[in-house]
Amino acid sequence: MKMLSRLSSFLVLGVGLGAVSLAGIGSAAAQSLAPAHAPEQNWSFKGPLGHFDLAAVQRGYAVFAGVCASCHGLSELHFSDLTETGLTSEQVSALAAAWQVADGLDTDGRLKHRKASPDDALPAPYPNAQAARAANRGAVPPDLSRITQVYPGGADRVFALLTGYTVSAHTSVPGAAGNSGNLIEAKAEKTADHDAGGFANRYAIGHRTAMPPPLRPAAVAYSDGTPPTVEQEARDVTTFLAWVSNPHADSKRRLGVGVTLYLCFLAILLVILKRRIWSDVRR
Amino acid sequence: MAGTPSYQKQHPPTGSSVGVSAFVKEYMGFLLPRDLNILWTVGAMLLAVLALMVMSGLSLALSYTPDATLAFHSVEALERRLPAGWLLRSLHMTGASFFMAALYLHVFRGLCYGSYRAPRRGLWLIGTALLVMVMVTAFAGYVLPWGQMSYWGADVAGKAVGAVPVVGPFLERVFLGGDAPGTATLHRMFVLHFTLAFSIVGAVILHVAVLHAKGSSSPSGRIGERPDRKLPFYPYFTIKDTLGVVLMALLFTLVMCFWPGLITESANYRPANPLHTPADIEPEWYFLPFYGMLQAVPSKFGGLVVSAGAVVILFCVPWLDKGAASQLPWAGRRWLARVALGVLVVSFIVAGLAGRHHVQGPWLLAGRIATLGYYAYFLAFLPFYARLGRRGEDA
Repeated sequence: MKMLSRLSSFLVLGVGLGAVSLAGIGSAAAQSLAPAHAPEQNWSFKGPLGHFDLAAVQRGYAVFAGVCASCHGLSELHFSDLTETGLTSEQVSALAAAWQVADGLDTDGRLKHRKASPDDALPAPYPNAQAARAANRGAVPPDLSRITQVYPGGADRVFALLTGYTVSAHTSVPGAAGNSGNLIEAKAEKTADHDAGGFANRYAIGHRTAMPPPLRPAAVAYSDGTPPTVEQEARDVTTFLAWVSNPHADSKRRLGVGVTLYLCFLAILLVILKRRIWSDVRR
Repeated sequence: MAGTPSYQKQHPPTGSSVGVSAFVKEYMGFLLPRDLNILWTVGAMLLAVLALMVMSGLSLALSYTPDATLAFHSVEALERRLPAGWLLRSLHMTGASFFMAALYLHVFRGLCYGSYRAPRRGLWLIGTALLVMVMVTAFAGYVLPWGQMSYWGADVAGKAVGAVPVVGPFLERVFLGGDAPGTATLHRMFVLHFTLAFSIVGAVILHVAVLHAKGSSSPSGRIGERPDRKLPFYPYFTIKDTLGVVLMALLFTLVMCFWPGLITESANYRPANPLHTPADIEPEWYFLPFYGMLQAVPSKFGGLVVSAGAVVILFCVPWLDKGAASQLPWAGRRWLARVALGVLVVSFIVAGLAGRHHVQGPWLLAGRIATLGYYAYFLAFLPFYARLGRRGEDA
């Protein structure tokens, strides 16, 4: 086994050297265009005993509805699911009523619309992928129903991507991520950036993303008086998306605590009982 | 002949006690070797997980739609909106991993203590058949949610079946119900998952019945199986098994509630997309060793033979082991048996790691060595260790 591990470490070294020499031959830029590692954030829902900050989830819904929903769908979420974020059914009905959903055809065969009800799914921004592609210069904005689960890097990277726009790939300054001042400049240089095929963002694959910088200060008005800075908006919407990706994580953890305590107690009793039953057996 | 009183006690005349009470009496009075260790409670754990899987599976099936356009959304809807749907699905997903883990442990115990020897050869064969059935059921179940890994897993399995000479392409079409995975595949997998689940229940009943007819093996070999070293199932082993099941339930709860990432594949939360092949297609962890062996062999069909053979060879174990029936596999040279068993376990794990790394670069060599190591236990150690042991005794 020891020999095997030594052998494999030798091989790893060999392959590593090969890769280095290949990179030397190829363009050095290609190496640096891998998505930057997203810095770890201190999320409320992180770790085995975390729980969602429901106020942040509710604020995040406002950011999603006001900003993200114009391009991204949340097709698996129904309005009624939002009652689990701490909203009352009346509040959820009011939220739903702000949306329009398709409602069959009228007598002339034209599409009818009505206000959404709590039982509806969140309406998709585009009727189909072709329409989405046409509206976004060839890129289809992904559905966000499970985004923090399926996106490599999870919630940290979603947050990093939202706040990680730089003015341009060539003048990118490390550490500028999260600086809201830069975001406005990035927006101003949108057209120039678009010519190069997207927007500079070191957390995107190839450091370019088709998504324009979505957040700006005061993009939404928070009802609880939290100042809507870009970082706050990004943090809240990421928390909201993490909740949507795994809405029952809190119930599961709560159940887990109870069941674990119960089973520990039961196990102790059973150990005592087992020792008593086996006490008359000569080993 | 009237027989001895003890004979009368064990077999009362028919008619006086038949039915449920006799059945319970027979099972509760079943004699087991007193030195059974913790590995012998894994069977009880498996029974508990099987019951959980059947019940949660039946409840999930009530809300599931086996259709390529609807399956993913039906699973999302049942997880998000069915009352306690998230719990049912978590139980079923965690249960699948625990079932396979406990099953591997159960097989390991059988190999370690030679539980496959006469007179328990039939018991071992039923058990190995159960292993195959559970693996097929697990695979079929993984296809059902119709996420990216479900789809591409079915695609890879279809191509593997298609690599069989002559009949391969035909079998692939039968398996997929078309040229590519689709609604027909889902129907097949759903029916297979369902029917096999109940076949497993039947085979488990048979497995336990044969165990009761032949008696349990013991960690100390034939000596441990002597009647004076046995104890009745109730209360000695009911309490031991219950404790084992509770400890497993504790671990189960911790994984399910606090570390679900250990047993879920995040890529499977993306809906199946036939136009987009994921960068790395990877089966669930419990198939990784076989996936590693599949990829370690350069030929497609050769890989399939080696990978399937790794399970099939278990059927031959009772006849490959040439050790005396009264001995444990390690009789003679204990250290040799320990090394051999260690090589087997390490090979299995390394093959799994190689499978996870797509058998690229150094993992190709590691995967090949692991495949050899796995087969070496069955083909180079089991048939010959007895001879070595005898020579060791003579010397």
